[in-house]
Amino acid sequence: MILLQAPFLNLQALLDGLMIGAIFAFVAYGMALVWGVMNIINIVQGEFVILGGYITFTFYKLGLSPFIGIPFSFLLLFCLGFLIYRTIIFRVVDRDMFISILATFGISIVIQQLMNIGFGSQVETANAGLGTSFLFDGNITLSHIKIFSFIVCLLGAAAVIYFMKTSKLGRAIRATAQNARAARILGVDTEKVYCYTYAINAAICGLAGSLVAMTYTLHPYVGLPYTVRSFMIVIVAGLGNFPAVLLSGLGLGTIEEFSAYTLGQEYRIGFVFLMLVFILVYRSRKLAKKREYLK
Amino acid sequence: MKKLNKVIVTFVSAIALIFGISAANAADTIVLGSAISLTGKYATNGEHTQRGYDLAVKLINDKGGVKVGGKSYKLAVKYYDDESNASKAAALAQRLIEQDGVKYMLGPYGSGITIAVAPVTEKFGVPMVEANGAARSLFTKGYKYLFAVLNSADQYLSSAVDLAAEVNQKAGKKPSSLKVAMAFEQDAFSLDVKIGVMERIKHHKMKVVIDDALPKELNDMTATLQKVKALKPDLLIVSGHSKGAMTGVKQITDLKVDVPLIAMTHCDAASINKKLGKGNGDYVLCGSQWHKSLTYKDSYFGSASDYAKLFEKTYKYDPPYQAAESSAALLVFKDAFERANSLDQKKVRDALAKTDMMTFYGGVKFNAGGQNTSKPMVMFQVQNGENKVVAPVKWAQAKLIWPAPKWADRK
Amino acid sequence: MFTDFDKKELTGLAFLLFLGISTPFLFSGYRIQMAELFLFMVYASTWNVQGGKMGYNTFGNIVFFGVGMYVCAATQIAVAFPLSEWTAAGGYKTFVHTPQQYFLGIPLAILLAGIVPAIIALIIGSALLILRGHYFAIGTLGLGIASGEFATSLEIIGGGQGMTVPFWPKIAGGAPHAFLGGGVNFFFTLSFLLFLIVFFFLRWLYKTRFGLILTAIRDNEDKAESMGIPTMHYKVTGWVFSAFFMGIAGGIFGNINGYIEPTEVAFAGATVGVFMVLMTILGGKGTLWGPIIGAFIFQLFKEFFWTYFLGWQLVALGALIIAIIIFFPEGIMGMLRHKYPALFGEVVDEEARLAQVTINTDD
Repeated sequence: MILLQAPFLNLQALLDGLMIGAIFAFVAYGMALVWGVMNIINIVQGEFVILGGYITFTFYKLGLSPFIGIPFSFLLLFCLGFLIYRTIIFRVVDRDMFISILATFGISIVIQQLMNIGFGSQVETANAGLGTSFLFDGNITLSHIKIFSFIVCLLGAAAVIYFMKTSKLGRAIRATAQNARAARILGVDTEKVYCYTYAINAAICGLAGSLVAMTYTLHPYVGLPYTVRSFMIVIVAGLGNFPAVLLSGLGLGTIEEFSAYTLGQEYRIGFVFLMLVFILVYRSRKLAKKREYLK
Repeated sequence: MKKLNKVIVTFVSAIALIFGISAANAADTIVLGSAISLTGKYATNGEHTQRGYDLAVKLINDKGGVKVGGKSYKLAVKYYDDESNASKAAALAQRLIEQDGVKYMLGPYGSGITIAVAPVTEKFGVPMVEANGAARSLFTKGYKYLFAVLNSADQYLSSAVDLAAEVNQKAGKKPSSLKVAMAFEQDAFSLDVKIGVMERIKHHKMKVVIDDALPKELNDMTATLQKVKALKPDLLIVSGHSKGAMTGVKQITDLKVDVPLIAMTHCDAASINKKLGKGNGDYVLCGSQWHKSLTYKDSYFGSASDYAKLFEKTYKYDPPYQAAESSAALLVFKDAFERANSLDQKKVRDALAKTDMMTFYGGVKFNAGGQNTSKPMVMFQVQNGENKVVAPVKWAQAKLIWPAPKWADRK
Repeated sequence: MFTDFDKKELTGLAFLLFLGISTPFLFSGYRIQMAELFLFMVYASTWNVQGGKMGYNTFGNIVFFGVGMYVCAATQIAVAFPLSEWTAAGGYKTFVHTPQQYFLGIPLAILLAGIVPAIIALIIGSALLILRGHYFAIGTLGLGIASGEFATSLEIIGGGQGMTVPFWPKIAGGAPHAFLGGGVNFFFTLSFLLFLIVFFFLRWLYKTRFGLILTAIRDNEDKAESMGIPTMHYKVTGWVFSAFFMGIAGGIFGNINGYIEPTEVAFAGATVGVFMVLMTILGGKGTLWGPIIGAFIFQLFKEFFWTYFLGWQLVALGALIIAIIIFFPEGIMGMLRHKYPALFGEVVDEEARLAQVTINTDD
């Protein structure tokens, strides 16, 4: 066992897990928002992340600092989300949830392929050049860009919560999530709320993506794992429970990192998906039990 | 009912359109077929391959085409997109042969896909010269119609192990005391690279301290690299196509992992010397099929560096070896057509089997399994952002820099 | 058995029979595509048992397809040679099946390719079918992807290296692989037969009490349960049926393809796994003919894109998916029923189904 041979690796795994978990959690916020408000499972989530990353990467490729790309990833994805809602999503909003899964799956294929055509299938990364810190005799490494993205994600998550609580649009979104029909009667333009919710989600993904571009690597086909992770995080946290999303995101990151050390990298994605199945089954067994009590 | 009729008419005409296509080949053109990865995860390398093919086709046609039976034929390639998917590639190969009437095939990109296509070409007796399938299981199946101009995958990094043994021996360290860390992607190509590496490791009695498998959707190798930091091996070997090289070098830089010697595949395809910022890809040792500084020559492209110049002029970037070997495949085909002096598949196949020629890419001579035996692999090291050949000694442009300076001492 | 067919069904069936019987003779260049078409009809029809009839939208049927493929190939190899040698040697030795070994292996392999996935369906079904709605959909999606990942690290079946399926045997002196007209004809015929079996089996099944119960589960599972129907039992049995046929289809497809690889060929959740769903939706969920029509049209479009949109075909396919979902959520059968109710007038329970759907979309 490598973790016993080199005990400091436990700390390292914990730190790496927390830092990647923050990004997962941030993306999951967007998914929770769309799911809660519009009752849509947004399969295209991961592709939004990767696309945001590519936008930042483009700045890096032009010789600029990738940090300049962050606001652009955020804004461009916001516009894209807006556009996709106005053309496609509004048609599936009130339909069966399975329909929205398939429709967003179709969008994700299109975006994947366009990214492939536009940016190539090469693995890319935007080097932020921030350097690395060493702790405990160089045994623990902390690359500064990871710390940076960790902080940005936490701030972003806080901003989302603050926005929901205080702004007018935020209140309208929450009202729509609770009861769309009642909100409509009280004069909330739910169509507009849906549209902005979807756009905000895309923007969140874009921001997360620009962090992924600087911290990890990009490839047109690595979107789906981000989607599934967000889904898992939201299910574990429970719909509408925003603070819990952060916790379960960090938890997932840590568990994954430890599994990569102990089981091996190749099981990492399989492990995530299998865990998803177990969580789902466990959850519905509990629900089924509850139903029995009620009877 | 009118509307229904309209719908039916549309569908019928759509069917007619789809099934009515047949490749109308001009009588003086030889059509080669290829299912190649234009989209999907191998798209970049698929593009290198396609450009290599196209460049050679254009050059051969410009210089008078292929002369068979006193008549001059032009070459043309019919492409399909296999979406980097082995199953689709096999289906497309059948389609090229059965429906488009293609009689000769060029290989797809990648070992896994070539493994899928080879049984098809074999079944129909269609000669295939491939340039990008290196898995050695291809050459031991007894295929009669498969010819590969490249070295098999197990040779990619095995000389890196020998090199590590050699430099350590000189420095007074016994090869058997060396610790090796390895990370290989779980695919046909990388697992073959591993077979070759393991053989040399056993030969030198080195100790493997890390043996990690990388997933296909690789974008984070932190766990492996942290283990490397902890266990301090003398040699780190990574193989996972371009994304393995890219992810590996990026995170080695981020985590400042110090290893005296790091060996990888696909460094030039991933351009690790340029993409990651100045100097970050330095000192990585790479296995390569070809390099533009080699001294091979032929009468079409000229020398290897002439080829590089022509490619650079046409496509605005340095040719990776994937393009060079693809171009070479067409030279081999042309040579075989002319020696067979016939367009009969069987005769062309026999002529291919007897190939013994020199190209800008290296010598080509096939053994019974269809593998090219007259060309060695080269190793280059990234030095100051340039790929410099360091082995074999015959072509070395520079000396291997070993051990790689520690990150703390760089700059 | 054929007495209860009406004219429309007979026409459709005659068309399919014509395609199946004439292809080897008239369109021999298209045998592979036609075999694939019939297999796609099998995938879509069996998916329809869960997604259409029962209301359980699964992305997990691809697991049975993949397992069937591996079981079939492994059995074919294992009747003649040790499996581990075949995969580990990577072909150092050349293994050639004699016709006897090959044809001994085929029936056994295909049978096992059906039975093993059926057993797996029985086991995971009792755990997974407790999930409802989209939780079931995502859960099975996870299952499909996880199986691909784990197959990648199973050494005995070649892991990430993949595995080659035995060649069609050859007779000494004969042309290579030309024995009995070559394997293509053989596996084309098998796919066609499998399709016919599945078609008649499902046609019968949907008319029995079992079929009615599946519909009841879709319409209101809790109510069905409270009426004393052990719904779990029926859901699992339905999945076992689908798994059995999907497994056999996988075995046949593996032989047609010749090379098996875990994530892209066997457990191709993002392509085949989703396509079968789309074909069913395109044709019309919950109907017998919907999946067949959907598979036919979908396959036509796919071939069309491949030929005319080289490099952009997946973008076109994605756009097609979106269009199907937005404009044909009820499928072609549903659309026809809207426009030409006379054609469907006699099918009472279908009408009721439509009414049910309208109520659902209203609230």
